[in-house]
Amino acid sequence: MTTMITVREALRDAMAEEMRKDPNVFVMGEEVAEYQGAYKVTQGLLQEFGASRVVDTPITEMGFAGLGVGAGFMGLRPIVEFMTFNFSMQAIDQIINSAAKTLYMSGGQMGCPIVFRGPNGAASRVGAQHSQCYASWYAHCPGLKVMAPYDAEDAKGLLKAAIRDPNPVVFLENELMYGRSFPAPEGDDFVLPIGKAKIMREGSDVTVVSFSKPLDYALQAADIMQEQHGKSVEVINLRTLRPLDTETIVESLKKTNRLVTVEEGWPYAGIGSEIVAQIMEHAFDYLDAPVMRVTGEDVPMPYAANLEKLALPSTEKVVNAIQKVCYV
Amino acid sequence: MTQFASKISKVDALKFYEDMLLIRRFEERSAQLYGMGLIGGFCHLYIGQEAVVVGIQSVLKPEDAVITAYRDHGHMLACGMNPKGVMAELTGRIGGFSKGKGGSMHMFSREKNFYGGHGIVGAQVPLGAGLAFALKYKESDGISVTYMGDGAAHQGQVYESFNMASLWKLPALFIIENNQYAMGTSVARSSSVPDLYVRGQGFGIPSKQVDGMDILKVRDAAAEAVAHIRSGKGPYLLEIKTYRYRGHSMSDPGNYRTKDEVESFKNTRDPIQNFLDVMKKEFNVSDAEVEAIENRVKDVMKEVVDFSKESPEPDVSELYTDILIGE
Repeated sequence: MTTMITVREALRDAMAEEMRKDPNVFVMGEEVAEYQGAYKVTQGLLQEFGASRVVDTPITEMGFAGLGVGAGFMGLRPIVEFMTFNFSMQAIDQIINSAAKTLYMSGGQMGCPIVFRGPNGAASRVGAQHSQCYASWYAHCPGLKVMAPYDAEDAKGLLKAAIRDPNPVVFLENELMYGRSFPAPEGDDFVLPIGKAKIMREGSDVTVVSFSKPLDYALQAADIMQEQHGKSVEVINLRTLRPLDTETIVESLKKTNRLVTVEEGWPYAGIGSEIVAQIMEHAFDYLDAPVMRVTGEDVPMPYAANLEKLALPSTEKVVNAIQKVCYV
Repeated sequence: MTQFASKISKVDALKFYEDMLLIRRFEERSAQLYGMGLIGGFCHLYIGQEAVVVGIQSVLKPEDAVITAYRDHGHMLACGMNPKGVMAELTGRIGGFSKGKGGSMHMFSREKNFYGGHGIVGAQVPLGAGLAFALKYKESDGISVTYMGDGAAHQGQVYESFNMASLWKLPALFIIENNQYAMGTSVARSSSVPDLYVRGQGFGIPSKQVDGMDILKVRDAAAEAVAHIRSGKGPYLLEIKTYRYRGHSMSDPGNYRTKDEVESFKNTRDPIQNFLDVMKKEFNVSDAEVEAIENRVKDVMKEVVDFSKESPEPDVSELYTDILIGE
């Protein structure tokens, strides 16, 4: 059974269901309780679970991220919301040095079952300091799992998996997707596997790999390529960025022999760069064309509407990249 | 003697003395092993500060959680962690508390409620507040004890933690071990105010300064602080004035202070020597009893050093273990 729900509702339901199941799960962050969430993702949680489990924090990212990690060491399962991931840079030492590395540094004794979640990447017209994709930043680090949902099914199934996972998870949402409705499975047992990509659309001529909101451009470009050029495009939704589902990408490439990656982050040392490296190591002989990356432009995000549009990936940019790798 | 100290028995006194002496001898042997090349990297010795951790730990219960920074060997011994496992970690061996993968600054013991051992100055303070948050959330009677140095007391996240701990009345004891030098920078050159304990007052946290060269004064202050915290009134801050005899780490020549200053602390303020005098006077401790303790510590340290040399290096397969649970 499926039903139409927004990504926002899917995230909220995932948290509420896991909180009902496990009393050690709690949510903390700025405006998560009484304000009902800066983007209303935690709507209703305070009413159901009370102030001890839905905790409004002061504006103190490094402090509450570290506090969450400490609580995680002691066996609680914190969900730490960043109002946006841009503010997680204030807390990145706690995420990496404290949450990600301690299991290793303790010889396996001190795990930290924590989820850091919130909107990542560009929203709309909020300028350079509020428009950045952190996918490659966090995916770089051993000891973390990194996920990025696209639709409501992803949001619910991946967030539940993240909350149940005994390891620290960085969960990158997208503000512009919160209000979008998608079909999603009903029931509180729907969990997706971590580290498995989803083939959103099967195709035979070229593979496009993406995650989060830029998957929109990949799917639209696939329609255009089919209609205008008769090219059959396979579209892969990564879902998890670390560990990366290299196998699914390689299997697709063996079929299509052409690959385009699409992401909102900067090109330098990005997720696309990593995928290219993986393909070099695991599937070089299957390539019929160089892999193309579609990324955010290599600039701080401009405010002006026309420049902002230019700085972001788009359906047109994806179509152009697909044409290049298909030599059409 | 004050009301709390007067409650200690001769048995307690002998134990405090032995605990402090073990830390000192452990650190002296660490320095030797470092000099022999058996310990690598950073190694921060606790010599001179022994009365702080032994005094604080003497009023704690097993359910209390402890966390500190990287000058941590003494804290682990005072928490009851086996010194063999601590020294074997310093030598990077499989018998170490982190299987040799953490080193001097990164050791943990779930069994003893010791949560590290953290290498980033000040980062242990939000973590310690989180331990207190979890204890309160679980409705435990335990408290968390977070140690930091005078250098850490200038990190912003310390004050983020003070604010939340006080706001939420977390059962947290914060301890600034003021050994007067953050690496080579004295408190006078790094702090806008001479006393660090006042930094708690701005957050509504009861805060006191204590003489950290006197274990009984430390214990008294700790007992008062812990009673306050256990009664549900929220956090407490102690600034404990102490002194490290050795450099910041093994590579520090210590040119920022005079030999006279160091010698004066060693000769007149030494926490172990001074407590020995108190024990002899208050409890009629005999030379034979003292000698018995010294011999016991000596024997323990011989075993510890032997173990730290004999325990093998971690198997190469350990390189890729303990990165994620369940993989």
